[in-house]
Amino acid sequence: MSQEKQLFTISVYTENNIGLLNRISAIFQRRHINVESLNISPSEIEGVAKFTIAVNMSEENVKKIIGQIEKQVEVIKAYYHDEENTIYQISGLFKIKSKLLFEEPQIQNIIKESNARIVTVNKAFFVLEKSGKKEEVVALYNKLSVFEIMQYTRSGRVAVTKDEMKISTLLETYNN
Amino acid sequence: METQTIQKKEIATKVTERISGSEAIVRCLIAEDIQIIYGYPGGAIMPVYDELYKYQDKIHHVLTRHEQGATHAAQGFARISGQVGVAIATSGPGATNLITGIADAQIDSTPMVCITGQVASHLLGSDAFQETDIVGISTPVTKWNCQITKASEIPEALAKAFYIAKSGRPGPVLVDITKDAQFEEFDFSYEKCIKVRSYVPVPKTVAGTLEAAAKMINAAKKPLIIWGQGVILSEAEEAFKAFVEKAGIPAAWTILGASALKTSHPLNVGMLGMHGNYAPNKLTNECDVLIAIGMRFDDRVTGDLSNYAKQAKVIHFEIDPAEVDKNVKTDVAVLGDAKASLKAILPLINANSHTEWHQQFKDLYAIEYEKVIKGDLHPTKEGLTMGEVIKEINIQSKGDAAIVTDVGQHQMIACRYADFNKTKSNITSGGLGTMGFGLPAAIGAKMAAPEREVVSISGDGGYQMTIQELGTIFQQKAAVKVVVLNNDFLGMVRQWQQLFFDKRYASTEMVNPNFVKIAEGYYIKAKKVTKREELADAVKEMMESKEAYFLEVCVEKEGNVFPMVPSGASVSDIRLE
Repeated sequence: MSQEKQLFTISVYTENNIGLLNRISAIFQRRHINVESLNISPSEIEGVAKFTIAVNMSEENVKKIIGQIEKQVEVIKAYYHDEENTIYQISGLFKIKSKLLFEEPQIQNIIKESNARIVTVNKAFFVLEKSGKKEEVVALYNKLSVFEIMQYTRSGRVAVTKDEMKISTLLETYNN
Repeated sequence: METQTIQKKEIATKVTERISGSEAIVRCLIAEDIQIIYGYPGGAIMPVYDELYKYQDKIHHVLTRHEQGATHAAQGFARISGQVGVAIATSGPGATNLITGIADAQIDSTPMVCITGQVASHLLGSDAFQETDIVGISTPVTKWNCQITKASEIPEALAKAFYIAKSGRPGPVLVDITKDAQFEEFDFSYEKCIKVRSYVPVPKTVAGTLEAAAKMINAAKKPLIIWGQGVILSEAEEAFKAFVEKAGIPAAWTILGASALKTSHPLNVGMLGMHGNYAPNKLTNECDVLIAIGMRFDDRVTGDLSNYAKQAKVIHFEIDPAEVDKNVKTDVAVLGDAKASLKAILPLINANSHTEWHQQFKDLYAIEYEKVIKGDLHPTKEGLTMGEVIKEINIQSKGDAAIVTDVGQHQMIACRYADFNKTKSNITSGGLGTMGFGLPAAIGAKMAAPEREVVSISGDGGYQMTIQELGTIFQQKAAVKVVVLNNDFLGMVRQWQQLFFDKRYASTEMVNPNFVKIAEGYYIKAKKVTKREELADAVKEMMESKEAYFLEVCVEKEGNVFPMVPSGASVSDIRLE
């Protein structure tokens, strides 16, 4: 198994429970692993939460981490996927002074070319939203950063996978 | 008749009664058949203590002298009985004092339920008096934990706690209950937990793995079994013995696996690991099939992983899927409960004797005997050895005593040389290596199994970490036999300083008090032995005592424990001197 580090997306299906975030993050902390991004949301199943965690590590270690995550009482199942088998998006928000739209006309081109969306505009500032792969959001940031960006923030990844994750079947067997 | 009782029971559990949260806690314990609990009162847990006062004919509360002692006593209770140990404490410092015992129980898979009081729910997060985030603090060292702020949540949470603590790979759980939830009244009913949706205590054995393992075992020329506490936790001792005997395979144990198979059994080839026996360590790197049963390839067992059993095919019988391939890559993993798996594999195994292979173990034992064991057990030079004290205890107990050890040189010597006839007889802190574990754990063990002889063996260092529990022994009239092997040093650290730090004995020399006087201060019979000719009689007197007894044995100051696999070295590089 590969010892080389690469980006993996870990999907953890859990009972929605106070304290579970702490329990799961402690597993990464113990092994001194830096989590690239983390998102918690409802899943396709009612009452089941989904953690989407992006980490940069070897496959050998990600397997061990999965085992230790699944061991937690309130975790239903955990999966890991490499980049090839993950379909993901992240989102970036940019707050920029409105007057720059007139002073620096190329900004308008940048917005058009990048498929970014204007969320809101007022006299003082406008807010730009860009969803896509991390590289796309970063590329937009790099283009805009030559101008003055008032605020910039980027979300963690939300992801679905090419493979099936059979949580419903699993829950059925647990319920029986 | 039988149906009648079942019906009655069902009715009894379904009827609700209006009681307080604190009374509910005690009633839950009674429903779980808990008769002894260990703890220490304080502000946020006082309503529960008030109920314990009311129910004292049903539950015996043991007041320890420190909350850490309560957890170790609960662990000792659990380890000798196989039942869940219970510890209880107040919020803040009471709760944080439990942590060492909880961490110890987590790494040694000991079933334990800890109940802590918490400040009232409206004060949570406000830095109230004796408030601490014990759920946050205990998260990494518990199998499960939760905080309860409503009385109505208590029965379900405690039912879940007991189920999780005991099922699958056991472990400690903590339930933190706010003081207002303890006071609040609600309609109580209790139902035992038999399932948690997201939790699989025992994984299914993957089809074909038993057959694949059997095939590998049957084809092996030089197989070696290494077993751990999993055999004891799944009560697989009989099935394990049948398997070992039919297959005729030499079997070695991890420190927590000790006593699952009699010490004197001809196929028992001794202890694995850093201070284990010479033969099983050396031959781990010569076997062709390594059969691991209910053990987790701890670094103290394996030494350098890159030079560990690389020539062997590895079979791992394991209940916790996270342990498979964690440290050692396996060829066949047999997931599931050890008892069930061993019973299932028995008919697939060919009877064998492996006579030549056994001879290799005997030959290496002969070397170890000459170089190490003879000098430990039958010393001719001046100065008592720890080994000869264990030997005398063996003679007096005939191998039937439960040996509870602390951590350090005495622990390694006791585990190496103690005779174990019965299972669940070796109670020690393995994974965490908690000094101070021994004395309180022995109290818990003695109270769980009063019919058994329980001998606590500590060094002069660890003994003083929980020495105050002598008070518990005295108050409870627990007939624990307490042995301190005194070398006036933190012996194991000193040994490392001698071997690896050019004898720079930094802070390892102990200037000790009069231990006999301290024991006598607690009204415990006490004796001190300094000469070989006094030893046998003193041990005899201690073992014959009907009540608690303290025996200090002054042993040679700079004795070392061998064999030894130096830290980071391969098991092949085990040193005899």
